[in-house]
Amino acid sequence: MAVPLSSQLINLFAALLLLIAFAMLSQRRVLSLINLYALQGLVLALSTATVAYSTHQEHLYYSAALTLFLKVLLLPWILHRLIRRLNIKWDVETLLNIPTTMLLGIALVIMAFNVALPISQMAGTFTRATLGIATASVLLSFLMMITRRKAVPQVIGFLSMENGLFFAATSATYGMPMVVELGIALDVLVGTVILGIFFFQIREAFDSLELRHLERLRED
Amino acid sequence: MEIAWVLGAPLLGGLLLAFWGARRWAAELNAWVSCFTLLAAAALTVRIIEHGPMLRFGQQFFVDSFNVFLVALTAFVGFTTSLFSRPYMRIEQEHGKLTPNMLRLYHSMFQLFIFTMLLALLTNNMGILWVAMEAATLTTVLLVSLYRTPSSLEAAWKYFILCGVGIAQALFGTILLYFAAEKLLGAGGQALLWTHLDAVRTQLEPTVLSLAFVFLLVGYGTKVGLVPLHSWLPDAHAEGPTPVSAVLSGLLLNVALYAVIRCKILVDGALQSHLAGDLMMAFGLLSVVVATFFLARQKDIKRLFAYSSIEHMGLTTFAFGMGGPVGTFAALLHMTVHSLTKSAIFFTVGHAAQKAGTQSMDRIRGLIRQSPAIGWGLMLGTLAILGMPPFGVFTSEFLILTTAMHHQPWATPFLLLSLAVAFAGIFGKVQPMVFGETTVQPLPHRPALVPVFVHLAAVLTLGLLIPPYLVSWYHSAAALIG
Repeated sequence: MAVPLSSQLINLFAALLLLIAFAMLSQRRVLSLINLYALQGLVLALSTATVAYSTHQEHLYYSAALTLFLKVLLLPWILHRLIRRLNIKWDVETLLNIPTTMLLGIALVIMAFNVALPISQMAGTFTRATLGIATASVLLSFLMMITRRKAVPQVIGFLSMENGLFFAATSATYGMPMVVELGIALDVLVGTVILGIFFFQIREAFDSLELRHLERLRED
Repeated sequence: MEIAWVLGAPLLGGLLLAFWGARRWAAELNAWVSCFTLLAAAALTVRIIEHGPMLRFGQQFFVDSFNVFLVALTAFVGFTTSLFSRPYMRIEQEHGKLTPNMLRLYHSMFQLFIFTMLLALLTNNMGILWVAMEAATLTTVLLVSLYRTPSSLEAAWKYFILCGVGIAQALFGTILLYFAAEKLLGAGGQALLWTHLDAVRTQLEPTVLSLAFVFLLVGYGTKVGLVPLHSWLPDAHAEGPTPVSAVLSGLLLNVALYAVIRCKILVDGALQSHLAGDLMMAFGLLSVVVATFFLARQKDIKRLFAYSSIEHMGLTTFAFGMGGPVGTFAALLHMTVHSLTKSAIFFTVGHAAQKAGTQSMDRIRGLIRQSPAIGWGLMLGTLAILGMPPFGVFTSEFLILTTAMHHQPWATPFLLLSLAVAFAGIFGKVQPMVFGETTVQPLPHRPALVPVFVHLAAVLTLGLLIPPYLVSWYHSAAALIG
């Protein structure tokens, strides 16, 4: 049975997303992390556009355009500016060493495929096979947030988790209704701007963006 | 039309205050906007009581007796908090803690926060509900770090990241909900409308819905402050300005719980089992027990009452989980009285901390000597929140306990023990703060104590005699929830 080209393309993009998620997990430099985030957004926009083309869903074109504008251009631009203004040069420190993190990541991927299996069997979309990958990239971003010590990588982890959720929505249901997607995009944008303000406040108070300064409020 | 006023007033107010929030009369403008919101909410309430549920604006907004009661409560506590914040923020400014820009940010974000709360309550769209809950975090995160002290920045960072991760779980839950609904209702905006979902809830795919509920409960439960997802809550309450603590405790927690309940109604219909209720009972009971044992270890007065909020939200969640007409009635009543009492307590605590110049409980002594009103306000508020008769909290806790004895007898010892531990923990700490030799200083401005006693009088009234229209209102809301 011949697999249609669009389906193959979707699978290719899904594989790329997983690869990028692992690349982010192993990346030590902040600038490369931001570039990887932009690349993830691009793959996401392309895959959304492919789904839109092959299923003739009008609104998916808009959400692909929104992704392209917000996650490939605007947010990475804001983050780059932030890095320059804050003059951050350091490498990313991780709590666990990279090989351990990768092994944990592989375990998470296996778990994600098992969780997604019953749902993807129920889905009527031709993209359903990618649901496991979407769940896996959500979990991998989560892992990244847990294992990073500094503020900026944590935020990139948070943003890429949102990318994973977006991909899950497209692969399970051809995307959420437009009004909801616009609302989510607005929240993500406002959140990033607020975090930008917040970074300056943190640095003013501590002279660094290391989160171990933020560990004083504890129950004794 | 009323819906447009209820939502329009705080949104417009927030935008205007973004420009004028540092003017001399900004606090008055803030109070007037909140007063207008309250009037609009009252008009909406009257309309719902007279004409029953309504759908507006292409079915995007839905009001029934369940959410209109929370809309009225939110508008009311928003208004009294704006009255309290007028002298409170002036005193903070005189103590040199605030710059005009911070004040502008505070006033604008306060109104926008009320807007997001009301939007979350009134929307019929489960996706917009999610968006509004996330927006509520975003509007308050800069308020928690308003004073720019290291510990307030830490609290705000924790608040942002934990609630952000939590709310991302809720988004995944919403996606799953849409996934199940799309098969029955077709793709597009209609499939996430709560009223449409409710109409087909018995046909929704049970496996997907149970998975969705787990994600939704964990996600919105983070914002309710359910243990073990609560660790942002005491920090955010303790480090932000007191009016923010009052609205976080009195409003945000309620609205997040409201989101959980809306989801529970759908899931109960789909599953035909008690899974959702059981999960809520487990989370609720765990929160009650853990929070009460943390109470005794607190040194900061605002943290103490933040843990008490976790305890009471746990109790409410437990009561909603038990369900049934009496359980749900008690839960709704408990939501109301907790909101009113806890915000009144935070009002007095705010002024007490200003008088003592610290939030550390060891150094606040003898409030009643220096200012009897604040001292009595704190004492009565504390007695009310601890469930002393004749206050309303006693009524709701009594109902919850008796229902638990009938339907979930295994839980009653835990609940009783926790309530006793909470009593010992809180009363023992508050008593020396109120009575005895005084260490506190007079305030440069007259504190706003009317809101405190209005709230306490309302709680007292609810304890002595719940007005009949309120009873029928609670009953119809309880019938909706089931």
